[in-house]
Amino acid sequence: MIEREQVLHVARLSRLRLSETEIDTLAGELSSILDHVDKLAEVDIEGVEPTSHVVPLENVLRPDEPRPSLDRDVALSQAPDPADGAFRVPSPQAEA
Amino acid sequence: MEHSELLAAGGAATAELIASGDVSSEEVLEFWLGRAGADALNAYLWTADADSARRGVAAEGPFAGVPLAIKDIFCTEGVPTTAASRMLGNYVPPYTATAVARVSGAGMPMLGKTNMDEFAMGSSNENSAFGPSLNPWDRERVPGGSSGGSAAVVAGGLAPWALGTDTGGSIRQPAGFCGIVGLKPTYGSVSRFGMIAFASSLDQCGPLTRNVTDAALLLNVLQGRDEMDSTSVGIEGGVKAPSAERLDGLRFGVPRGLLGEGIEAGVLARFEDTLTRIADLGGTVVDIELPHAGHAISAYYVLAPAEASTNLSRYDGVRYGLRASDEDLLSMYEVTREEGFGAEVKRRIMLGTYALSSGYYDAYYGRAQRVRTRIVEDFDNAFDQVDFVVTPTSPTVAFKLGEKTEDPWTMYQSDLFTVPMSLAGIPAISIPAGLAEPDGGGPELPVGFQIAAPAFSEQKLLEASFALENTIGFDGSPALEGGVK
Repeated sequence: MIEREQVLHVARLSRLRLSETEIDTLAGELSSILDHVDKLAEVDIEGVEPTSHVVPLENVLRPDEPRPSLDRDVALSQAPDPADGAFRVPSPQAEA
Repeated sequence: MEHSELLAAGGAATAELIASGDVSSEEVLEFWLGRAGADALNAYLWTADADSARRGVAAEGPFAGVPLAIKDIFCTEGVPTTAASRMLGNYVPPYTATAVARVSGAGMPMLGKTNMDEFAMGSSNENSAFGPSLNPWDRERVPGGSSGGSAAVVAGGLAPWALGTDTGGSIRQPAGFCGIVGLKPTYGSVSRFGMIAFASSLDQCGPLTRNVTDAALLLNVLQGRDEMDSTSVGIEGGVKAPSAERLDGLRFGVPRGLLGEGIEAGVLARFEDTLTRIADLGGTVVDIELPHAGHAISAYYVLAPAEASTNLSRYDGVRYGLRASDEDLLSMYEVTREEGFGAEVKRRIMLGTYALSSGYYDAYYGRAQRVRTRIVEDFDNAFDQVDFVVTPTSPTVAFKLGEKTEDPWTMYQSDLFTVPMSLAGIPAISIPAGLAEPDGGGPELPVGFQIAAPAFSEQKLLEASFALENTIGFDGSPALEGGVK
């Protein structure tokens, strides 16, 4: 069972602001989904290696040579608030 | 030439019509842009004009002048790319996905960008921020998802063929719901560069087409090693048009343990019909066990959201996309993500973040990764005994809009048969197996038949699918006028 406080904690980790309604809805939905997911405990995984991907590849390398990347103007063209050739963000400090 | 002939032609047939001089590529493009412009299914989020359709497209090539539709998850330079999210509502990418560059290089103009579930998270298209796409067989029903728009345009006579992506069934399930062919290639066949990421260890690009031959030929254009995606390896020797007529000597495994309750009677009936056809063509049908496949949905709904929660952390209002607040930095992140993401995306970010969080990582993420290993082993063992694993593509035919939106887990069950193959990274195709009434009655709707094969055996998979397709003789023409006003 996921409690309201856990929802708020995970929302904070996720950088999501939630409305009061969403907090309640998510608490119920996540609890219900995790009830199903908890059935994974029935599977014997003793000594089983985890699978993170299925391609039998390791350490795909290429020569480390300089080459052109996106022009600065192009890279900034989609920015909500470009300034002085950079991405501008609000201050990390809330206004006092 | 008659427009009805162009409408009915898939990609390869259109290329032949152009090559024979029966029709010019200009005429073909004009015809299809007219169809796309009359979209009555909300299947396109953006449509091209004659100039933008051909921008950057090679004049020569194996499919010169044969247009296609592209799921709005592929970045297209200078053309809006939204992933059906408010977060990317105004995004115009500065670069083009490799898959799109390959079809452009083969001469294919782009008709438009197709609707989808937001960030490819969904099985009905109802999670699009721009409203759901509709099913051309019955506009009160969903086309499936997440590549619902791509399936709808191909089935509904709004494009000859289309690109989609499949993470847990997002090509196969909508193909099944719309009565067309959808192929999820082996993970690593097609570059993911420029394909907006959902779950990187599962996402794979593939074709949605009118027939198996088109699926093979379009896959051949798409597949290949790309230095921009280090997980792309391509399919050795490529893929060619299939020609098999028989299934002699081939063994088809049915995981009976998976085919329990929740499958509609009509779906099961078409599935059994198709097994009979396999036997008629000389194939052998045997029961097999996939002992852990019943846990695939549970494992998937840990792994895919976990990967999604990290992939979607990039949408922070800094470099591109929505910014919804200019208070302090933390509020800017939180409000932007609150306003930019829809309910299902938030649900999965929350679920994934929870599964990766301190104290829960081993219990959820670590365990799910180990169950994934078990599922991979299940298929390895099955393919020691059989050439293919077959199931219905989905437990039901296309359901009504709103029918499954109340409870997320009910919606997730729609991918019961497609998720195991995704976790194993193996290729799987859905081909139309006929029509069936939904449980509870109503007009008949398409049923998909799924065939899965070992990694990188696409040619063998397509040969068997081709032989079956010919004997099934499915007629998709009733939907072809279903896409226009």
